[in-house]
Amino acid sequence: MVPRSGKSIGRKSTLDYHRRHPKIVLIGQPNCGKSTLFNEVAGYRSISANFPGATVTYTQSHVRILGNIFDLIDLPGVYSLTSFDEADRETQRYLLSEDIDVIINVVDSSLLSRSLELTLQLMDLEIPMVMCLNMVDEAERKGIKIDIESLSEKLGISVVPTVASKGRGVTELFEVVFKTAQSRKIGRHIRMSRDVELVVAQLTRHLKQTIKDGIDFSYHLLATKLLEKDQFFENVIKDTHPEIMDRVYEFQQQLALSHGRSSDQVIDAERHSLSMSIFEDVVKIVKNPHLHWKERIDNVLMHNLWGYMFLVLFLFIFFNLIFRVGSIIEAPMMELFNRIVNSIQAHLGTASLLSTIISGAVQGIGGGVAIVLPYLLPFLFGLALLEDIGYLPRVAFLMDAFMHRIGLHGKAVIPAVLGYGCNVPAVLATRILESPRDRFIASLISTMVPCAARMTVILGLVGYYLGGSVALIIYFTNIVVIAITGRVVSRMMPEVTPGMAIEIPAYQLPQLRVILMKTWLRIKDFIIIAWPLLIIGSIVLSIVEHYNFSQLLNQIISPVTTLLGLPRKVGLTLIFGVFRKELSMLMLFQAMGTNEILTVMSKGQILVFTTFIVYYVPCVATIGVLAKQIGWKSTWIVVVFMFILALVIGMITRGLSILIW
Amino acid sequence: MKEQLRLTQVQNMKRVRVVRIEGGWGARQRLNRVGIHEGDEIFIKRSGIMGGPLLVRIHGSDIALGRGIAHKVVVEEKEE
Repeated sequence: MVPRSGKSIGRKSTLDYHRRHPKIVLIGQPNCGKSTLFNEVAGYRSISANFPGATVTYTQSHVRILGNIFDLIDLPGVYSLTSFDEADRETQRYLLSEDIDVIINVVDSSLLSRSLELTLQLMDLEIPMVMCLNMVDEAERKGIKIDIESLSEKLGISVVPTVASKGRGVTELFEVVFKTAQSRKIGRHIRMSRDVELVVAQLTRHLKQTIKDGIDFSYHLLATKLLEKDQFFENVIKDTHPEIMDRVYEFQQQLALSHGRSSDQVIDAERHSLSMSIFEDVVKIVKNPHLHWKERIDNVLMHNLWGYMFLVLFLFIFFNLIFRVGSIIEAPMMELFNRIVNSIQAHLGTASLLSTIISGAVQGIGGGVAIVLPYLLPFLFGLALLEDIGYLPRVAFLMDAFMHRIGLHGKAVIPAVLGYGCNVPAVLATRILESPRDRFIASLISTMVPCAARMTVILGLVGYYLGGSVALIIYFTNIVVIAITGRVVSRMMPEVTPGMAIEIPAYQLPQLRVILMKTWLRIKDFIIIAWPLLIIGSIVLSIVEHYNFSQLLNQIISPVTTLLGLPRKVGLTLIFGVFRKELSMLMLFQAMGTNEILTVMSKGQILVFTTFIVYYVPCVATIGVLAKQIGWKSTWIVVVFMFILALVIGMITRGLSILIW
Repeated sequence: MKEQLRLTQVQNMKRVRVVRIEGGWGARQRLNRVGIHEGDEIFIKRSGIMGGPLLVRIHGSDIALGRGIAHKVVVEEKEE
């Protein structure tokens, strides 16, 4: 296995014993239609799994085609075998360490020249491979004609044209894959220029001689990647055979000296010119591409004025729909769970500890359901829809300038928007950013975004008692506070963000299956990480109430409530808001002994309470993923920072509300 | 010799050729992976307001490039 921290290099072989089906791996650049192909053939029992120890997921399924059964694995899309983010790294590790029978290299036919760069690197793995030339209809429409036989001849692998979205060519593809699994035919070794290939060959020989215990992937690949200064491979060598590195540096030097530029540039230029020459040999452009309607849409949606207008409009419609759908479903659901709790207490009595624990657990389950179904589910579904159509990268384009002002770049807008649903998947999504500093700032910002649970508090208290416009002001102020925080924090960490270089893919018709899959993956983060903590929190809370600890806790937190000018009884609800933010509101009703809060709290107090809830500390589940993503030390910084921020904002709100009311 | 410009200095709807990419290993790799290499032809489709990114077309795909990274790309205009 390729080591995570690293002792030995070698391919997993334990699987061979009890493996029955050929293991087929789909790999290609992002947006090549890989997942569409996967969904076209995958059974309903496909599973998504996390890479061990990582938050990156891949999907796996048994597939039966023409009587043959395969294990089909869909890896995250990558542009090259040099890794930048976690998804790249895990894909790379998987390809190097797993025992793979056939690689299906999925290629967007209209982007053949760029895709070939990945193809050439994959061929260096020396694993049997088939190229799936996907979306050939789109390429033909653009006037790109590919000579498939000639391409197949040049690469030495089978090439099958498909239109995965319409199921065309898919059966043929897997027929070829099955044959390749048996013949174990690997591609032709495509040589770079003589002088470069000579250096690679020398290094390859040196590696073969010095790495005694051997590696299970190709030495040629290792040599090329070391000359490319790929950190992943360099680390593998540094960990296992540090003495070789000096020789590697010498080879890098040698190549740099003879070509007048660094060795990674030499290798890259070689690969690029190989790709281009293959491309030029096999592709004919038969007509001039004309402006397609998809590009006409971008003239509006990415326009410097209209683009922003539409962005605001879309967000307005999006959130409005969710609020409306959510509030219709939420009320009857809360009632249902209240009825269950009541009947439990009727059966077991209110005095016993057992009854307390059970009703606490039921409230926890109910709280989860009441957030997930009405708010989180429609939110994540809508977001996945926008993602699948291809709108999100456009949002990243539009928001890049704004995000730069807060020290990040356009891509960071995606975790931030996800935060409005649930902070847990939002923090997990920061892994799409390249630098640790960017991930830290993006994590901090995503946690400050009011999630669906906090939304129920904002709507249920401020929206209900003070009106919708005040609720809107809270959201707006939140964006301003986030912007200021981002700016200040990025000044404190003055490293330059690597900047954005992302593909803006063509729009495509949404595919329900892909959207459902994405929604499910994110819901899963909530269900397995956040929900259990919600339930535990509820139980602890019930026990505290059972033993009358509330007095003591109110006492402990009284400095905060005094500073904010809130009734002392509110203290407990603030503590338990850490477990579940929306619980603070439900508990407020309980602590005050009434559902008519205005009779016991002033408008100003309601506003202060809500603003404090929005900012004060991330919920337990979010703290958990933060620790996993940015480490405990940074997590504590975030927690303490948010607590102080919430106090300051709460006190300012208090001052303002005294002036207004 | 033709005049060399930064990608950020090129007007919209112009076609240019990449002369070199400045900056370190990271910047080069990030550009390479989305298909931008020395010698390649780039078409500038639009640029965002207030220091927003550039939208360029390269090898048939659209790429959004932040100003910072686009500044590292040195280009020369292509004669029509």
